[in-house]
Amino acid sequence: MEEALLRSLTPAVIGILVRRGADFAAAEDAVQDALVEAVRVWPDDPPRDPKGWLVTAAWRKFLDAVRADTSRRDREIRADAEPPGEPLEVDDTLQLYFLCAHPSLTPASAVALTLRAVGGLTTRQIARAYLVPEATMAQRISRAKRTIAGVRLNQPADVATVLRVLYLVFNEGYSGDVDLAAEAIRLTRQLAAGIQHPEVAGLLALMLLHHARRDARTTPDGTLIPLADQDRDRWDTHLIAEGVQILQTALSRDRLGEFQAQAAIAALHADARTTEETDWLQIVEWYDELVRLTDNPVARLNRAVAVGEADGPRAGLAALRDLDPSLPRYPAVAAHLHERAGNLPTAARLYAEAARAAHSLPERDHLTRQAARLNAP
Amino acid sequence: MAKYLLLKHYRGAPEAVNDVPMDKWTPEEVTAHIRYMRDFAARLEETGEFVDGQALSPEGTFVRYDGEGRPPVTDGPFAETKDLIAGWMVIDVDTYERAVELAGELSAAPGAGGKPIHEWLELRPFLTEPPTITE
Repeated sequence: MEEALLRSLTPAVIGILVRRGADFAAAEDAVQDALVEAVRVWPDDPPRDPKGWLVTAAWRKFLDAVRADTSRRDREIRADAEPPGEPLEVDDTLQLYFLCAHPSLTPASAVALTLRAVGGLTTRQIARAYLVPEATMAQRISRAKRTIAGVRLNQPADVATVLRVLYLVFNEGYSGDVDLAAEAIRLTRQLAAGIQHPEVAGLLALMLLHHARRDARTTPDGTLIPLADQDRDRWDTHLIAEGVQILQTALSRDRLGEFQAQAAIAALHADARTTEETDWLQIVEWYDELVRLTDNPVARLNRAVAVGEADGPRAGLAALRDLDPSLPRYPAVAAHLHERAGNLPTAARLYAEAARAAHSLPERDHLTRQAARLNAP
Repeated sequence: MAKYLLLKHYRGAPEAVNDVPMDKWTPEEVTAHIRYMRDFAARLEETGEFVDGQALSPEGTFVRYDGEGRPPVTDGPFAETKDLIAGWMVIDVDTYERAVELAGELSAAPGAGGKPIHEWLELRPFLTEPPTITE
């Protein structure tokens, strides 16, 4: 039995229960219970129709829960138990993405709910991925469900909220025993299959292009390898080709957005054999687009790095001058540009400062080594 | 989400506003204080923000390596050591502002006279995994 298959069926089964009259919170609980039963029963007795089995089991769990608490019956069954005709499953799944990313939810709640209801992960798996106790994650999920209790599934929504949630899951990185990056890609693929939207495609391309470099980004012990030093033979050319193709199709629709712009930058890196062969001028242009689209200070910071490569470190430092020095990674970028400009003592001091300000341990270790390298006699 | 450590000091933090040692409180004030702390943790569990919390004994030992084949050297406790940690709580919250808000609530725990202690708590962010997308 494949866990992936089971999990991919989750949103459609929740959708069917909701169409039959269950409210979302109860439907979601019932499907979780059915998934647990499937994991127990299927290895010895595999069903011919896995989805039909899950719908039947989940519906039974739902009815059990309602009977166990008849006072809640009126609230939880809107229609009678008679199921309507064949549901439109793609729509159901899409509506679940929107519901789980509802703007009334905090980012952390939206992430947790999406991973459970759309991703089919258990509360325990999500808790382990985010390194919090299972009880804490269970509370986060049930509060999220209460927050959206009054929201109907078929309301129009903004796909941008869903994309932000999926981006957060992907960017969480590779900690824990659930591969959140791979899960984010799976969920974004599923979304892209159900909705024609250039930014959905842009985000999928961005994820694939970054995922392609995953093995080259760190040594086996977790030490960071910066882009310039990565063994580009270890980049996954299939993922790159797929990401580039998806991006080109999206760009041809001429509705640019931040994820397409970010993916374009990743694609230009993926296309180069070395840092020197990289088309930095085009990368600077894409950062200009990104700044225009988002006015994000981090994009301006990364733009300064690209300017430093395209026009030399002095130009990069000039681009840095307009930015707020309290930005995360500002001292790291300044250190790099000063080193390239030959100001070694300044660079060493800034690397040490950047190490103290780093938000992650691998980054801190990397920056400390950079400072030590320049300070070595 | 970001994890923060809330550190409570026996010694080493700036002086609290209501700075009366606990053994000078009435038993009821001690009970009220403990209940406040317990309720605070329970509330964080309900909001899905609680990760861990522990109290530490004030009596500790300093230990260091003393060379190949020799047992570690132990020493202390040192009365003159500036910093002495009383306990910690780890929270997982959406923003820094939320972490500050919670630390403020914890610092309002009642002490002598049933009035808030206004104790200084230290708030320290955890280092995280590096983000996947950096350029």
